[in-house]
Amino acid sequence: MTRELTCVACPLGCSVTVEYNDAEIISVTGNTCKRGENYAKTEITNPTRSLTTSVKVCGGIHPVVPVKSSKPVPKTMLFDCMEVINSVCVEAPVTLGQVIIENILDTGADIVATNND
Amino acid sequence: MINFDLVVVGGGPAGMAAALKAKECGVESIIVLERAETLGGILEQCIHTGFGLHYFGEELSGPEYAARFIEQVEKTDIVVKTDTMVLDIDDSNVVTAVNKTDGLLKINAKAIILAMGCRERPRGALEIAGTRASGIMTAGTAQKYVNLDGYMPGKKVVILGSGDIGLIMARRMTLEGAEVKVVCELMPYSGGLTRNIVQCLDDFGIPLKLSTTVVETHGKDRLEGVTIAKVDEKLQPIESTKEYIECDTLMLSVGLIPENELTKNVGIGIDRITSGAVVDEMRQTDHKGIFACGNVLHVHDLVDYVTLESQIAGKGAADYILGKCDNSPVYVNTTTGNGVRYLVPQRVNINNKEDIKLYFRVGQIFKNAKVVLECDGKVISSKKKVKLAPGEMENVVVPADVLASMNENSTIVVRVEE
Repeated sequence: MTRELTCVACPLGCSVTVEYNDAEIISVTGNTCKRGENYAKTEITNPTRSLTTSVKVCGGIHPVVPVKSSKPVPKTMLFDCMEVINSVCVEAPVTLGQVIIENILDTGADIVATNND
Repeated sequence: MINFDLVVVGGGPAGMAAALKAKECGVESIIVLERAETLGGILEQCIHTGFGLHYFGEELSGPEYAARFIEQVEKTDIVVKTDTMVLDIDDSNVVTAVNKTDGLLKINAKAIILAMGCRERPRGALEIAGTRASGIMTAGTAQKYVNLDGYMPGKKVVILGSGDIGLIMARRMTLEGAEVKVVCELMPYSGGLTRNIVQCLDDFGIPLKLSTTVVETHGKDRLEGVTIAKVDEKLQPIESTKEYIECDTLMLSVGLIPENELTKNVGIGIDRITSGAVVDEMRQTDHKGIFACGNVLHVHDLVDYVTLESQIAGKGAADYILGKCDNSPVYVNTTTGNGVRYLVPQRVNINNKEDIKLYFRVGQIFKNAKVVLECDGKVISSKKKVKLAPGEMENVVVPADVLASMNENSTIVVRVEE
């Protein structure tokens, strides 16, 4: 089987063609860097996405602080992760890089603050 | 009246990069004037990732990208005034600004860098029929509500315009539990990056309707729905394709316009296509000592390019202040050929001893085309491109030796060959 993908690893958005049998990747073409190859492989076997959202802050300057997943999480778990993140209220002060939730839903990814508050 | 060597108007990514570069190049007294409460500009509300891949070689969120520059600015003696609004720049380079602590400020500057960024095209510019119900807003306003103020502006959303902010907000609203019913795009192609169509719309099954617009809004106090319709080749709505969609929120992502009120007041020449100043390769406007960079000059799709451009302006301003500028420049205009909508810089000084990168956008989608640089009728370079799209800024380099061989009557043309 072959599948045409648009790589989302960076804003270039290369058109990538993947040839595969079930979960076995035969070839990846059209990518212009190593990240594109990795993206195409995981997109077939276990698609993942970086998650960026915000988390409530108690006693800070702003009501929310932005966060991101320290690495991509399985695409199918995005909404489950959102539910966990939205149930949290972090105490101010928050510093950029601070881990807000460790190993969210056993994905291996931490939820990390991306700004100070 | 207070004196500064350099006044930078705007403390977003452009203003910060320009000020830092000028400092590095030896300018002594620099002041940055910022309208918002903090430095960082629009990056503060752009919490998604995708920033910094070119400049830092890693993928950062907007606030993280901004933080790297804010930290650097804080380490210098650059003066920063936030909550400060610039009211006027006069033609003798005096900047008038106002804030709560200083009151009215008059700053005499040797050079000025304009880095005010851009604004979203508002509803009023679209002439959509209907009442002024609440729930109609630009995508950037919605982004501020959700990402900075922490509240959701609606539950059922229609987005008009497929620019990147609209696409990003489609995903953001979906993740927070709203239902994004459709993204409508007037043109037959999207104005956003392809990867955003994939990861913001396709991932969540949000339909993108091309050649479609909103023709009417419904509801008196709160928006209750919109009527959408297909458009013909002349972009006119087709009556028989009208369709009603129930929604409480309409977000507009229909283009960005450089914010050049101050620029125009000085009498600086404006490019009709970019809506930004006409500049040379140092990003100096046609008013001596006033430079422009970032989204106030032309709308960029990547902040990395804003940073690079602003460093050019910062160095240019430093050279001007320190008397290192070429006092008898010989300018050649850059000319747009087939398929090219605009070029920045609009003119280059051929006495410049370095390669010059020309940035441009195409006017339509091209596949398997060539970008051709032609100087004095000779093809200098011809670069194959799998795809060229209006949403993605391109560049081409004019080599220093080509510039050295030019005279005042020379020509520089960039065109697309199909």
